[in-house]
Amino acid sequence: MQKIPQWADVVLVPLISLLLAAIISALVILAIGQDPVEAVKLMVIGALGSTYGWGYTLYYTTNFIFTGLAVSVAFHAKLFNIGGEGQAMIGGLGVAIAALYIPWPHWSIALLACTCFAAIFGALWGYLPAILQAKRGSHIVITTIMFNFIAAGLLNYVLVNVMRPPTSMDPATASFPPATHLPTLHDLLLPLGINFSRTAPANITLLIALLAAVFVWLLIWRTRLGYSIRSFGQSGSAAQYAGINPVRITIITMLISGGLAGMMSINTTMGEAERLILNAPEGAGFIGIAVALMGRSHPLGVVLASLLFGFLYQGGAELAMWMAIPRELIVVIQALVILFTGALDNMVRMPIEAFFAALRKSGDAK
Amino acid sequence: MTINDQKGRRETVAPAIELVGISKAFGAVQANKDISIRVMPGTIHGIIGENGAGKSTLMSILYGYYKADKGEIFIKGNQTTIPNSEAAIAAGIGMVFQHFKLVQNFTVLENVILGVEDGAMLRPSLTKARKSLTELAKEYELSVDPDAKIEDLSVGHQQRVEILKALYRHANVLILDEPTGVLTPAEANQLFRILQRLRDEGKTILLITHKLREIMDITETVSVMRRGEMVTTVTTSKTSPAELAELMVGREVLLRVDKKPAKPGAKILDVENLRVVDEAGIERLKGVNLHVCAGEILGIAGVAGNGQSELLAALGGYQKATGTVKINNKLIDVGGAFQGQNRRADGLSHVPEDRQHEGLIMEFTAWENLVFGYHHDADIQNGIFMNNAAIRDEAQAKMERFDIRPPDPRLKARNFSGGNQQKIVLAREIERDPEILLVGQPTRGVDIGAIEFIHQQIMTLKDKGKAILLVSVELDEVLSLSDRIAVMFDGSIMGERLANKTNEKELGLLMAGVKTGTN
Amino acid sequence: MDVLNDFITVLNSTLRLSTPLLLACLAGLFSERAGIFDIGLEGKMLCAAFFSAAVAAITGSVWIGMAAGIASSLALSALHGVASITFRGNQLISGVAINFLAAGMTVLIAQSWFKQGGRTPSLKGNGRFNPVELPVAESLKDIPVFGPIYQGLISGHTILVYVALLMVPLTWWILYRTRFGLRLRAVGEAPEAVDTAGVSVIKLRFAAVGICGVLCGIAGAYLSTGLQAGFVKDMTAGRGYIALAALIFAKWRPGYALISCLLFGFLQAIALRPDLIERYLSFKVQIQLLDVLPYILTVIILAGFVGKATPPRAGGEPYVKEQ
Repeated sequence: MQKIPQWADVVLVPLISLLLAAIISALVILAIGQDPVEAVKLMVIGALGSTYGWGYTLYYTTNFIFTGLAVSVAFHAKLFNIGGEGQAMIGGLGVAIAALYIPWPHWSIALLACTCFAAIFGALWGYLPAILQAKRGSHIVITTIMFNFIAAGLLNYVLVNVMRPPTSMDPATASFPPATHLPTLHDLLLPLGINFSRTAPANITLLIALLAAVFVWLLIWRTRLGYSIRSFGQSGSAAQYAGINPVRITIITMLISGGLAGMMSINTTMGEAERLILNAPEGAGFIGIAVALMGRSHPLGVVLASLLFGFLYQGGAELAMWMAIPRELIVVIQALVILFTGALDNMVRMPIEAFFAALRKSGDAK
Repeated sequence: MTINDQKGRRETVAPAIELVGISKAFGAVQANKDISIRVMPGTIHGIIGENGAGKSTLMSILYGYYKADKGEIFIKGNQTTIPNSEAAIAAGIGMVFQHFKLVQNFTVLENVILGVEDGAMLRPSLTKARKSLTELAKEYELSVDPDAKIEDLSVGHQQRVEILKALYRHANVLILDEPTGVLTPAEANQLFRILQRLRDEGKTILLITHKLREIMDITETVSVMRRGEMVTTVTTSKTSPAELAELMVGREVLLRVDKKPAKPGAKILDVENLRVVDEAGIERLKGVNLHVCAGEILGIAGVAGNGQSELLAALGGYQKATGTVKINNKLIDVGGAFQGQNRRADGLSHVPEDRQHEGLIMEFTAWENLVFGYHHDADIQNGIFMNNAAIRDEAQAKMERFDIRPPDPRLKARNFSGGNQQKIVLAREIERDPEILLVGQPTRGVDIGAIEFIHQQIMTLKDKGKAILLVSVELDEVLSLSDRIAVMFDGSIMGERLANKTNEKELGLLMAGVKTGTN
Repeated sequence: MDVLNDFITVLNSTLRLSTPLLLACLAGLFSERAGIFDIGLEGKMLCAAFFSAAVAAITGSVWIGMAAGIASSLALSALHGVASITFRGNQLISGVAINFLAAGMTVLIAQSWFKQGGRTPSLKGNGRFNPVELPVAESLKDIPVFGPIYQGLISGHTILVYVALLMVPLTWWILYRTRFGLRLRAVGEAPEAVDTAGVSVIKLRFAAVGICGVLCGIAGAYLSTGLQAGFVKDMTAGRGYIALAALIFAKWRPGYALISCLLFGFLQAIALRPDLIERYLSFKVQIQLLDVLPYILTVIILAGFVGKATPPRAGGEPYVKEQ
């Protein structure tokens, strides 16, 4: 006795939520005296109208896949990891250390090693809130937020006092050596005869992100660990009856989640800036929440939602450049998506459920 | 039929309560179907029926807790609408729910005045309530310390607070939903004395129960419900338990299970001096000793909350404990709270008391639930992955063997009825062919058809020579299934009896903590 | 006298920096005591801070500004109420959404109205709350010790500082001495008891969320029109979360809330004066460490190293009748 068919749950509910978010965003644009139709046109052209636009869209998409997966994995254990931002910052620190202080012979080895460093550093930043939640019952939502602030402070200190080249004024590390520079989509697609934009930042990390999505899918739905994580998330008391150790699951889940968030920094530090700067994640850790909610914590949903947000993010940048609409519009859209797909889920669902109930009734009557 | 029964009285007195054509659905489940009932003032009126017959729903509608989809309510002959509990209270109706509706960290006084305070300031209300509580206590044997916090009171006293709440609100009609489930037989008798006194003062009592004995003991009239419908209303003195049972179920019922004499074998489970201290530092198990042999059922009787849950959890490996526990002579570590996997490896299976919060994951499919707790088993792995296809096939077979309906392994647990959910748990645990099976409340919230099936399965396992530890708050169930019975009270075993050499009365005394001679 | 002066300066700014925390903490107290978790304190404060400053800048009246700030905070409260009470949504997610909504909308509107890069113009004169001289402060200032303390610490704050301090006993009184308080505490512990006692759970919870909105509104107004002279982007800087930690530290009790907020305020105050630490403790502290000190303390408090706290029993769970 499902209340609504599965396809409606997976497709219709998020779409309607998105539509609501879009309508309200349009109203916001109107309210600040701009033309929403013009804005949408600009966004589509700017984000999807050229390989340059696509290059940026996919670059952002890569970020959001990582952070979206990070939030999703935690959601499966009913843990709300708002610390993706901080975990990505610290992950970036790992990347910078590996890239700057170890001489790498080739980008491929550097990529593998830096991915590990990013994951380990990010995981460590997720580990502390996890252990505090599991052993001391401290609310992981607040602790992860605090760890975002602490990460920002730590990074600020490291960049200003430790890793900044003496000649530079920027709070940033030196540029990474050329051997660590990653191939861009331009480099990857040229052999296939596609002439992708040379200047856009999308790079090979996108493939790693997609691999991570497959990994998460296998982990959650095909392994004992994933089964245990989902059990614990659905019912702590039942999990304990089954002999699943909540402390262990909480910690492992947050390590994976933090690791995924940390891996995002390969894209921003190694793939794009080629050095570590302050605030490299640019809010991607938070967008991961919206992405996970919209993608229903399923890797495929996360990838699609990431693409959408990649488009919005790049489109939003175009708006900021060509119209008097600040980049914060994207934060508003993100808030609305979280609101409708997360907090107001029942509101969106109720009319759909009523619709299908009525449909069933009329079906029964025949 | 309802109307005809009481036609004679209709002209003289208006019924205290009359419900006409009440219907209520929860989603697809029709909890009440076109129900009519009349209750005369100054009587104790019983409502009896199986689990899920719709008794509590009907009474909750009368109390304004739920809203009926259809139907009319008359109070003293006047049509009334009761959209919420406020209206019910104003109409002179009080209700003692099965799960008490008390604020645990409030005092008795605060609970009593909640919702009927006299003004914006608390103090005058508290003073007034204190005075009237003293009076009510004297009048009805209902004394409780008005300044005690609810969480410090025994369940029996908490129930008193609920009754006091209703009386303080000047209830003329008092509804009690399964009030004796949490009481010892002696406490139940005292409650019945109170109810009789209330009746003598002209109040009307509605008593919901599934226990035939209670109906026979204290009601004047009884209404029988079955599957959401009202079957009939009869005068209690003109009926018999057997007739009522048949009306409840809709067919003749075996009140006894066919029990073969036990042939106890080797000691399988041996427990010595098992102690549990909970997080608040309260000792919940105070040195329990017991053993279960192969081929026998040891029943644990007792009022809920006397340590049975902690006993099961400690043996099941998810409650820290101290003491010596042996399975098949092998010493078991009871010091950890995450030992469930080790227990299963040692041949212990466990049908937990609460299937919705422990035994099953309601959002998981049936096939996922059918390996719950055994998901690490080597034979369902395929390298580093779980062999989901094999698990599904196996689930399908189990569902057919245990007649779980609908037999669709891809359906979520929440979409099965209570009886079928319990069968999923039972299928999972029994099919492991364990050395020792722990069973908690095997038939709670399960319909009669499934009860018979579940009892049979437990008996079959015993006849196969397995050891079974059965915990149930239903004394009848413990008596009819067990070979030996241990009674728990306040975290200790009060005594042990052979099932065929004891009776409810003797066990009832033990359940109340009264030591008697042994047999 | 130098020591005394330094001491007074630090405590003075402690008091000022504690005020928004205290108001937000009490706001959270009302909401959480009624069973509604609210991590949207941050967003509500931010929103109120912006609208208070913006309207004050436009009208020139800080009081009209604060009214606008409270109204905007109430609007977000209503949203939280609809999501978590009416539609039984996840209270944490709703709070997160509200925080982002506030972070984005304030900058968007600020840019649209003032075109100053997401800030409001600086407030002057009646556009902000000015210090209130308590009676006879001037004439007592020459009395040793007491005089400077009275003049430099107790007197001379904006009215909202005193309002926040008065809210502490008032909250206690409402909670423990009035019918509303009894019901409020009951609905956070056992909503089913309130429901069956004939009182509307929904109305009570909305009332609590509403009070929370008003207090957050005042807190936000104080930030931009009392503590500072105008709104800047993200000016709450995590104060809403710190207030929540203070609330847990205070075990959801008003008196303790005052103490824990003063503690956090003190940390923020000394973070502003690294020179004093160097002078009195004779070691140099990294400015970045001082900046994150309140956040680290929050984590330590949440870790329960300072005592275990039991939250309201029904907190965070929407009320659904049992079936």
